[in-house]
Amino acid sequence: MARKFSKVDSIFRFLVLAVASAIVVLTVIYFYVLIKDSAVTLRTGLAFITGSTWNEEKGIFEVLPELYGSVVTSAIALLLGVPVSIGVAIFLSEQCPRRLRFPISFLVEMLAAVPSVVYGLWGLIVLSPLLEYKVYPVAQSYLGFLPIFRGRIFGLNFMTAGIVLAIMMIPIVASISKDALMAVPDSQREASYALGATRSEAVRMSVLKYARPGIIASVFIGFGRAFGETMAVTMLIGGAPDIPKSLFYPGQTLASLIATSYADALTPAYRSAVIEAGLVLLLVSFLANVAARTWIVRVTKGREAASFA
Amino acid sequence: MSASNEAKMNAVSLNAWYGAKQALFNVSLDFVPNKVTAMIGPSGCGKSTLIRCLNRMHELVPNTRITGKVLLDDQDIYSQGSDPADVRRRVGMVFQKPNPFPTMSITDNVVAGLKLSGVRDKKRLTEVARNMLERVYLWEEVKDDLKRSGASLSGGQQQRLCIARALAVEPEVILMDEPCSALDPIATAKIEELIASLKEIYTVIIVTHNMQQAARVADYTAFMYLGELVEYGETSQVFESPKQPLTERYVTGKFG
Amino acid sequence: MKATRRIVDKVLLSLTTVAVIIAIVPLVAIIFYVTVKGISAISIGFFTELPPLPASKLQPSPPGGLGNAVQGTLILVGLASAIGVPVGVLSGVYISEYGRNAYGNAIRFLGDTLVGIPSVVTGLLFFGLIVLTFRSYSVIAGSIALGTLMIPIVSNTTAAALQAVPNSLREASSALGVRKWRTSLLIISHAQSSIATGCLLAVARIAGETAPVLLTAGASNYWYSGLGAPIASLTYYIYNYAVSGTSNWVNLAWAGALVLMVVVMGINLVVRLVTRKKYTYG
Repeated sequence: MARKFSKVDSIFRFLVLAVASAIVVLTVIYFYVLIKDSAVTLRTGLAFITGSTWNEEKGIFEVLPELYGSVVTSAIALLLGVPVSIGVAIFLSEQCPRRLRFPISFLVEMLAAVPSVVYGLWGLIVLSPLLEYKVYPVAQSYLGFLPIFRGRIFGLNFMTAGIVLAIMMIPIVASISKDALMAVPDSQREASYALGATRSEAVRMSVLKYARPGIIASVFIGFGRAFGETMAVTMLIGGAPDIPKSLFYPGQTLASLIATSYADALTPAYRSAVIEAGLVLLLVSFLANVAARTWIVRVTKGREAASFA
Repeated sequence: MSASNEAKMNAVSLNAWYGAKQALFNVSLDFVPNKVTAMIGPSGCGKSTLIRCLNRMHELVPNTRITGKVLLDDQDIYSQGSDPADVRRRVGMVFQKPNPFPTMSITDNVVAGLKLSGVRDKKRLTEVARNMLERVYLWEEVKDDLKRSGASLSGGQQQRLCIARALAVEPEVILMDEPCSALDPIATAKIEELIASLKEIYTVIIVTHNMQQAARVADYTAFMYLGELVEYGETSQVFESPKQPLTERYVTGKFG
Repeated sequence: MKATRRIVDKVLLSLTTVAVIIAIVPLVAIIFYVTVKGISAISIGFFTELPPLPASKLQPSPPGGLGNAVQGTLILVGLASAIGVPVGVLSGVYISEYGRNAYGNAIRFLGDTLVGIPSVVTGLLFFGLIVLTFRSYSVIAGSIALGTLMIPIVSNTTAAALQAVPNSLREASSALGVRKWRTSLLIISHAQSSIATGCLLAVARIAGETAPVLLTAGASNYWYSGLGAPIASLTYYIYNYAVSGTSNWVNLAWAGALVLMVVVMGINLVVRLVTRKKYTYG
């Protein structure tokens, strides 16, 4: 078994190592370049995300309305999309007849294959008129007592963007949640059934609780996607940099700000503002993903250790 | 075999299938109340399938079906109006591998079934939890730390916790599917001791691959082979003077 | 058991069915509209002609297509794959075959994380690095941005494909005295169809990207005119024509969406049906 030291072996090893390091280098470059290129507005500190002034002549660029838009549209997407996604995940993992499991999960995953710009096109031309004339007025007549549903109704607004984001989020959240649910050992389900639980009770008392870390992680990842989603939102939110009380008014998000103004950003301060908006997206989505992954690892490790104690 | 009106449960001409594969062939068996009945036989003999038919756990596996009857106090648990969830409250089950709910505390594990039936009274729940933990001889070991996760206990403690959980819903029959196979000898001894005490209140049916265990804990023993019931009688009779040659070869360790 | 518990059970179980319907209706609606509206606007000219003028009273349906956009997307995706596939595959090989250490775990972790970073940020990165430096949108910038988006996707799917190869094969190979790099090549060839699958899915994904293309490759109303010049793309025209409000342009946006969907969904469909078959039959 004495093998000679192989030169090719070490070259190959070095090659793949060097190439794989591209991922590390890339991560560093993302932060380095975006921080370097947003130096002008970074100097203004937190004012960038806490102020609402946007004055090209004076060179003041503050993005609170855009941050508000990103947060609000992602929140709408989570509120609408997460329950549906978890429902889909439960159906696929707990109820679905075996023959239907593949076709249904296939269809749901296909939602992730639709390009963002096609969501935008469909949302703009088909969905938003439907919402504007048929759905929002009805919603307002029932929920108009809430300030967020009051006032004039626009077709392109926070709500429309949020609804399409919710649809776009479903395949991601549903498939990660489904994996988490399917990883729950059958002994947990049996334990519940043996106590006289109905199917839904078994899901609630053991399956969902056991899979909770994975489901929470899926929500983080879904949030990260929604927060940075660009084209569909750009086409559907209306493009007004305001903080209106009503969700039926048009708005703007950090991502849609980038998509609509990068070409106009001719002064250093303006350009820096657009790039810092990207930096905020990078930070938020990076943290959401890191949180999701460390969360899964930490909780599952703890659980395995406990069950073998 | 004894008359059905004396039995707590009866399996009557029971056949069971997994898909196209038949796992039980025309099994009829009466379970005597307040006694421990052991089911023995080599693996794949259908003993686990049989007890899973006794509380309708069998049907949770897709593509399974059964024919025949299972009577609980002379009522067929597979009849039209019978609800599996109700059956499982009256016929509790303990599994091969301890399966406490890892996200629940020890107390919550014990009363999980009780909460399902709508008991919300905190005082009552703590009381029941304590009673059940005492009944399975676990109270002294965990009483200072009832908030711990059920999964943080040792294997033997987990299994006793699962038994306490099954007892808390006040079943009439307890099914145990190889409850000691994942445990060390000391933990096994504790569970066996516990089983002996349980029959005062419950009818106990236990599946085991361990003949010594059957001999130690069971009043009656059923020997199954290839999905058929070969012999059933008092434990001493089955082990000491088996009627069937097959049984004799099995209990003397000639195969299995 | 109380009747209420039984009813609650039925209601909750049917709610999940409702959720499935809610999830699938938009997909059906999108496919329906894209197909119906797209087919009526598509013709041979769509693939061969330059974009038309906006419709006017004098000329209600000016001739033209999105040939340059189809060409541009093909060029961008092709060049991006030339970057993303080799880098992604090799780093997947590292993660799976050499990465059983802290550094390998870190790369895997960062790879997972990079997949979740908004593509507009990647666009912005190369907008800053290349477009601003050379003062021009370019095919090069666009290809690098899209290629970068491919790297973590290809790397993850490659690593997963390699890890699915049974360890016994590696052991058998090294027990015969085969060198590690040859063993790695053997493992790669064993997993080549899964690796190809992952690459195809990555191609499908970047072909539909819009924001990073806008920020790096820019846009053009003409045919390809060099690596250093801006270039047209399907997604740019879908976006731009969708919001234009001009009827013949909106129709072309639908046609563009149809072409894009056929390619993207087609790849997904084939890949998933094929891999499913493989998993089912061994």
